[in-house]
Amino acid sequence: MAGQSDPGGSTFTAAELEFLAEDETVEIVPNMRMDTLDFICGQYGPLRPQITAQVPLWLAVALKKRGNARDDIPDVYLVRSLIEDIKDVRFHKIGTGMEKLTGRASAIVLKHISAMEVNIVRPFTARALETFYKLDSPEMLPDSERGAVKHSQVADHGQRRPLRPNR
Amino acid sequence: MDMDSGRGDGSGPSATDGHDWPTTDVELLKRAWRNEKAAPEILKYEVDLIRRVTELTAYVQETVDELMENGVDPLNVSLMEMDLERTLFLVKSYLRIRLQKIEKYMFQIQRSADLWNRLSRKEQNFAKRFKAVYVLCAEDMEKHLEQSVLSKLPDRYKSHLRQSITSEEDDMVPEPQLDTYVFCRSKSFLGSFQLDERQLDILDLILSRRLNFNIFGEGEPIDLEANELYGIRYRSIKPLIESGQMDLV
Repeated sequence: MAGQSDPGGSTFTAAELEFLAEDETVEIVPNMRMDTLDFICGQYGPLRPQITAQVPLWLAVALKKRGNARDDIPDVYLVRSLIEDIKDVRFHKIGTGMEKLTGRASAIVLKHISAMEVNIVRPFTARALETFYKLDSPEMLPDSERGAVKHSQVADHGQRRPLRPNR
Repeated sequence: MDMDSGRGDGSGPSATDGHDWPTTDVELLKRAWRNEKAAPEILKYEVDLIRRVTELTAYVQETVDELMENGVDPLNVSLMEMDLERTLFLVKSYLRIRLQKIEKYMFQIQRSADLWNRLSRKEQNFAKRFKAVYVLCAEDMEKHLEQSVLSKLPDRYKSHLRQSITSEEDDMVPEPQLDTYVFCRSKSFLGSFQLDERQLDILDLILSRRLNFNIFGEGEPIDLEANELYGIRYRSIKPLIESGQMDLV
């Protein structure tokens, strides 16, 4: 279920999703002064020492790395371990949900799933649903189960057509 | 599938909760990038958006260059640069994904007025030049294929564009799979939506209702709620993407 970007560029890498997540706002405590930051992505600040400020995550990380601010997280190790636990529980739930996919599913709804989780299950889920869809298509049925002896000429590019029986 | 089954309130962060729908150009750009990445076919070029963003980034680049030359406030300039780089990444990636699609589905795009019109002027020029080069190579390629493989196949299968002489179209030419499943969401309640015209199997309908996992059977219309994530065939929701009522993730 890896989140590797395929050569067609049609799936997201984990790094790309992190990039999107980096725009989320977090709280920092600056230790210096800075005038209002007028960025393309929005306006932030002004920053004053020891006054909490709301900035995008990428900015928070940049400032922290330069020693210009600190985060407001009391117990980093506890937070990390909690996140691991939550991640595991959620993954287990996703797996359970996936097991219930039947051949008759032509659409599904995924409630409360995060972007990273969607990205991880995307290859598997999309392929599974596609395969079900293809296997269910009328032209895959043997002649005896179809009414007429009509062979549908659905062009399925990128995929071999089902072989037609000898006439 | 409900991650919060067992709890009543269903609260907690997710891909769609509290999602702010695009208003700023950066948000519009992010959405255009995500849609283009997730869609199997090429989408309509965002002419105005890209023009506005390109102008803005050029202006910011100038400002950054000036400030750097004058040695003014290096921290601030460095952060401005990061912001600029983030925007440029989105634009470049957006254009790059589109170029990949143009190269991949070159023949199909040039044969379809609808698809051709989704390209920008520059992309159209690129496609023409790319095809010219490709055709030159293709002649060599065709000869090579013929000599090494095709001439040795039975007569029915000698074409490099068609699987066999009975094919009605050039089915060896790649086309995007519009039946790919994609994940999508809508800002507002879109109501009942008919997925598919296939026969409905009553037994499957009963079966799917018994499961907690929300599965929608064929032929059954589904309600497209606001801010819920759906896994649906791209072809079914294509018009909703084009109209901007749904987004791909």
